Amino acid sequence: MRERRALKILLPVATLALGVVIWDMAVRIFALPPYVLPSPALVATTLLTDGRLLGGSLAATLLTTLEGFALAAVGGIALAVLLNQSRWIEYSLYPYAVILQVTPIVAIAPLLLIYLSPRAAVLVCAWIVAFFPVLANTTLGLNSVDRNLVALFGLYDASRLQVLFRLKLPSALPQILTGLRIAGGLSLIGAVVAEIAAGSAGAGSGLAYRIVEAGYRLNIPRMFAALLLLSAAGVVIFFLLSWISHLMLRHWHESAWDADR
Amino acid sequence: MHERQPIVTLRGVGKTFDNGVMALDGFDLTVQPGAFVSLLGASGCGKSTALRIIAGLMQPTRGSVERADGTAAHGIGFVFQEPTLMPWATVAANVALPLRLKHVAAAEIAPRLAAVLARVGLDGFAEAYPRELSGGMKMRVSIARALITEPALLLMDEPFAALDEITRFRLNDDLLALWETLRPTVVFVTHSVFESVYLSQRIVVLSQRPGRACADLTIDAPASRDAAFRTSGAYAAQCRRVSEALREAMAEGVVAAGSAGAGGRVS
Repeated sequence: MRERRALKILLPVATLALGVVIWDMAVRIFALPPYVLPSPALVATTLLTDGRLLGGSLAATLLTTLEGFALAAVGGIALAVLLNQSRWIEYSLYPYAVILQVTPIVAIAPLLLIYLSPRAAVLVCAWIVAFFPVLANTTLGLNSVDRNLVALFGLYDASRLQVLFRLKLPSALPQILTGLRIAGGLSLIGAVVAEIAAGSAGAGSGLAYRIVEAGYRLNIPRMFAALLLLSAAGVVIFFLLSWISHLMLRHWHESAWDADR
Repeated sequence: MHERQPIVTLRGVGKTFDNGVMALDGFDLTVQPGAFVSLLGASGCGKSTALRIIAGLMQPTRGSVERADGTAAHGIGFVFQEPTLMPWATVAANVALPLRLKHVAAAEIAPRLAAVLARVGLDGFAEAYPRELSGGMKMRVSIARALITEPALLLMDEPFAALDEITRFRLNDDLLALWETLRPTVVFVTHSVFESVYLSQRIVVLSQRPGRACADLTIDAPASRDAAFRTSGAYAAQCRRVSEALREAMAEGVVAAGSAGAGGRVS
């Protein structure tokens, strides 16, 4: 077991090292200029020299992501609970949630920028992209409650609220957390897409805006550095949410059973 | 005994599901307070449906159900075929659920919880989660949850069917001990002749689907039953008698279904 765990960490690290070496050799052998492909070392230095600028942009993007995620979490769960209360509401609203989800966000963003301030538009984009997985998974969870437990709550005359808070929401928790895990990554994507759509028109200062801006200036090393930060942010968000999910489920859910021993 | 008001009375109860399956038809049952009654029948004969109708979890399509006032005050305990526990909650939280739902004060819950856990042999397991328990222990939690409201009527739907024989025998003994001390009325659904004879004072044998009460047998046996009773000649004789009644009930069901042209199959 321990060997396998070590392999799970060592192998990806080795792959990364190999990739960086090949990248570096390619730049040297073909003598590629930095505006075509910067060397890994140059990207790393850019990360340091532009650290202040990129750090500020990272904070701006992360803030948007976090706000979009929070809105998506609250909105998705609340909407799922609402749909779960009555078939009428579900049939009336669910199709539009799907339509909102399947319409490409890149196509909606320019329109939003007309009606909303750039900041609000970016936030709404992050929300639109992220809320659906929360809604869909929470709906699934709320509908998969053990029928006998529902009967038991009925036997003891449980109120609607008691059924919701003592039975349905706890029972749906694994699915809700799955939805949130997906939403975390998606809200970052939503924020980035909106920043790019806003482009120079927006007063944006996020990482995606930096990438667009650096692209105009042919500052390729900075584009790579910003991209690297975005990926790192996505990875951190994913692991953070996975860890929270594990903590919340470890006492009872099968998915968190083996890892706990 | 007969002059006492029955705790539950079913008259001509029928149940047809939305998909057209007729689970029960013309089912009559009267249960006296303090009795231990088993509903015995093959799988799919409608005995679980009958139990759910008694509990009020399901409404009958035809006929009437009358419950004594006591069942409203003290409630009904129901033990499902599966333990049906909340996996996210500890044993204590699962067992205390009925009281929590009725907004009983925490100070009152604690001693009742301790008492009922001790009664079903779950001392020291209050903080355990269901997945840490064996099948038999989970069933004990389920029984404790049903008992914590001190119900006048305890309904059990093949609670031990999924357990191994050793565990089942032990839970049978523990259930009898509980019944002798607390004396709730018990309606116990089972497909096992041996289990029904071991536990009950009275056995109602159901026909094939749609289920009706075909035979109503009183089990003459010592009040306290134990391992010795399980191997006694008296026990064997009772089992033979009940098996015979069950066989007749099955045969009757087939004839009835055949004559009605329903093409009823023995499942």
